[in-house]
Amino acid sequence: MLFTLSDVEVSALAPDLIRNDFAVELRDVVKLYGTMAAVDHVSMSIRHNEFFSLLGPSGCGKTTCLRMIAGFERPTSGQILIDSKIMGLTPPFQRNVNTVFQSYALFPHMTVEQNVAFGLEMKGISRAEIVRRVGEALSLVRLPHLAKRYPKQMSGGQQQRVALARALVNRPKVLLLDEPLGALDLKLRKEMQIELKTLQRDVGITFIYVTHDQEEALTMSDRIAVMSHGKALQIGSPLEIYERPACKFVADFIGETNFLEGRVIAINGEFATLSVATGHTFTGRRVNGLQVGEIATLSVRPEKMQLVEHPVDGAANTYEVTVFSIAYVGSDTRVIINLGDQRLDVWEQNSTSTLNPDDYFFKPGEKAWLTFKPENALVLAQ
Amino acid sequence: MLQTIRERKGLQVLGLMFPGGVWLIVFFALPLALIFAISFMSRDDLSRPALPLTLANYQQTFDLLYINLFLFSVGLSLLTTLITLLIAFPVALFMARLPKRWRNLMTLLVMIPFWTNFLVRTYALQFLMRANGPINTLLLGLGLIDEPVQLLSTPFAVLVGLVYGELPFMILPLYTSLEKFDWSMIEAAQDLGANALNTLLRVMLPLTAPGILAGSILVFVPSVGSYITVELMGGGKINMIGRVIAQQFGQSSNWPFGSAISLLLMVVVTIAALIYFRIGRGERGAI
Repeated sequence: MLFTLSDVEVSALAPDLIRNDFAVELRDVVKLYGTMAAVDHVSMSIRHNEFFSLLGPSGCGKTTCLRMIAGFERPTSGQILIDSKIMGLTPPFQRNVNTVFQSYALFPHMTVEQNVAFGLEMKGISRAEIVRRVGEALSLVRLPHLAKRYPKQMSGGQQQRVALARALVNRPKVLLLDEPLGALDLKLRKEMQIELKTLQRDVGITFIYVTHDQEEALTMSDRIAVMSHGKALQIGSPLEIYERPACKFVADFIGETNFLEGRVIAINGEFATLSVATGHTFTGRRVNGLQVGEIATLSVRPEKMQLVEHPVDGAANTYEVTVFSIAYVGSDTRVIINLGDQRLDVWEQNSTSTLNPDDYFFKPGEKAWLTFKPENALVLAQ
Repeated sequence: MLQTIRERKGLQVLGLMFPGGVWLIVFFALPLALIFAISFMSRDDLSRPALPLTLANYQQTFDLLYINLFLFSVGLSLLTTLITLLIAFPVALFMARLPKRWRNLMTLLVMIPFWTNFLVRTYALQFLMRANGPINTLLLGLGLIDEPVQLLSTPFAVLVGLVYGELPFMILPLYTSLEKFDWSMIEAAQDLGANALNTLLRVMLPLTAPGILAGSILVFVPSVGSYITVELMGGGKINMIGRVIAQQFGQSSNWPFGSAISLLLMVVVTIAALIYFRIGRGERGAI
C-alpha cells in the first residue's frame, strides 16, 4: 500500500464511513449501585434504523442501560456514544434521543395536543410549524380526533400512542422504549407490536426497546441483546438467538428447550459427542470451543425432536423411550417422554386434521423411538 | 324506624349531616349572626350594644385610617405568603425526595414547634430580636454594625414573626402534594428538551398547584387577621386589622364597630379565597 489515510482524513473525504457507523454505542459500560453492578462491562453497537431490543428478566440491567443512554443515569465507567459523539455529562435535554416511558409519563395537566407540542416548544420551533408537526404525529398514531382530550380521559392503548407521538414528533436520532406495552392486555399488545414495527420501518428511526417478553422481542427486533445479571450474554438476530444460543442461559430464556448434562467424549469438526447421566450418548453442534473431557450440556428444542415407531438403522441420537404423558394443544401435541430417569419435552406438529384420538398414535405408557439430527442440537459449555 | 332510614336515602344524608351541622350552627352560624346584628347597633351609656340600628359603624370603616390598615394588613400577609412559599418549596421538595423512613422524621421535625405554645415561641423570637438580644450582639461582635439595630416594633419584625409562625402551614400541604408527585414527569420533561427552569414552570408548578394554593390560603387567612404576632413583634407601634378588632372589643368597648370591621375582614378573606379557588380550578381542570 502506498499510503494510508488517517481516520480524520477519511472522515473529511467520506464522512459517512466513520461518523455514521452506529446510532448508539456502549463501550465497556459499568453502572454500580453501591457495590452491586447493575450493568457489568456491557459493550454494544446499535446500527442506524435498527430495531434493537434489550431482553432479559427483571433486574438484569436492561432498563439501567436505557436510562444511561437517555442520560437519566451516569455510567460508573465506560462510554456511551450517540451518533458517534461521546455523551459524558451531557444532560438528557441536550441528547438527541426521546423516551417512551413504561408509565407513559404523560403530563396530566395538558391535552394530548399540548403534550405532543411540548418538546417542539422547548426547542423554540415556530407556532405554525408546531401545529403542523403535532398534526402529523397524531395522524401517524391515528389519534387526530382526540387532540383536545386529557390523558386521563383516554384508554391505556390510546395513552400509549400519545406517548409515542410525543416522542416521535421531535424526530429523534434514537427512540428509547421502556416496556411500552407492559400495561396493555394481550390482544392489544399483539396489535401494538405489529403497529410499532411498521411505524419504525416507516419513520426510519433507530428504536431501542426494553422488554422481558421474549416473544415480543423475537417478533419485532432486527437484533436482540439478551441480558442477565448486568451482562450482555449474546447479541444477534432473533434467528441467531433462538437457533444458536451462545450459552445455557440464552437457550433456556428464549423459547423452550431440553437440557441433558454430560461429559464430552468425542469431537468431530463442528460436532461434539456427549455421554450423559442416563448412559446414552448424544451428538450436537459444538459451541464455544469445547474440548474432550469437559462437562457440557446438550440443548435440544422440543420441536426439533421426533417420535417414531420404527427407527432408521444407524441414525445418531436415536433411542427407545417411554411416553409419559401427552397433551393436545391445537397446533401441536406436547408429549413428555422418559429416557431412563430423564424427562424430555417433545412437540409433534398436528399437520393433519382428524377427530380420531388414536391418530395421535402414542399413548402414555407406550414405547416409542426418539430421534433428532445432530445439527438440530447444541452442545453448550457449562 | 330503622327500616325507614335504610330505605330513604334523604334521611340517611340528614342523619350523617346532623353532628357536623349542629357544630356549624352553634359555633359558626349563630356567632356570625350575632356579630352581624351587633354591627348595625349603636351603644348605650355603658358602651353596651343597643338600639337604634345604624349604618354609622360601616361608614366609620371607610375612614382613610382603616382603609390604609386594611391595605397594609393584606399587603403584609401577601408578602408573608410569598416568603413562606419561597422557603417552604425547597424544604418540602427536599423532604419528599428523602427515603421513606427519613420523611416521617422530617415531618415530625416540622411539627415539633407546635408542641410549644405559640405565645412562648413569639416571646422567644422577641427576645432574639431585642436591642441587646443575641442577633444584635452577634452583628456587633462581627463588626457588621456599630450600634444595635432597631429590629423590634418594625413591620419587618411582624413579617419575621408571621413567616416563622405560618411556615409549617405552607410546608405540610406542599410536602403532601410533592410526595404524591410522579417524578417520571420530570424525566419526561427533560427528555423532551426542557431545562430546569422550564421543567419547574411548565410541569412542576402546575402539577403541585393544589398544594401551593392550599398552603397559601392556610398562611394568608390567619396572617391577615393575626393579633398576637402584631402585638408582640410590633411592640404596639405596628397596627394591623386583627389588632384593631381586638382593641374595639377590649379597651375601646366598641363592639358594634369591632363587629363591622370583623365582617369586612371576612369579606376580604372570602374574596381572596374565591380568587385562589378560581385560579386553582383553572390549573387543576385536567388533573
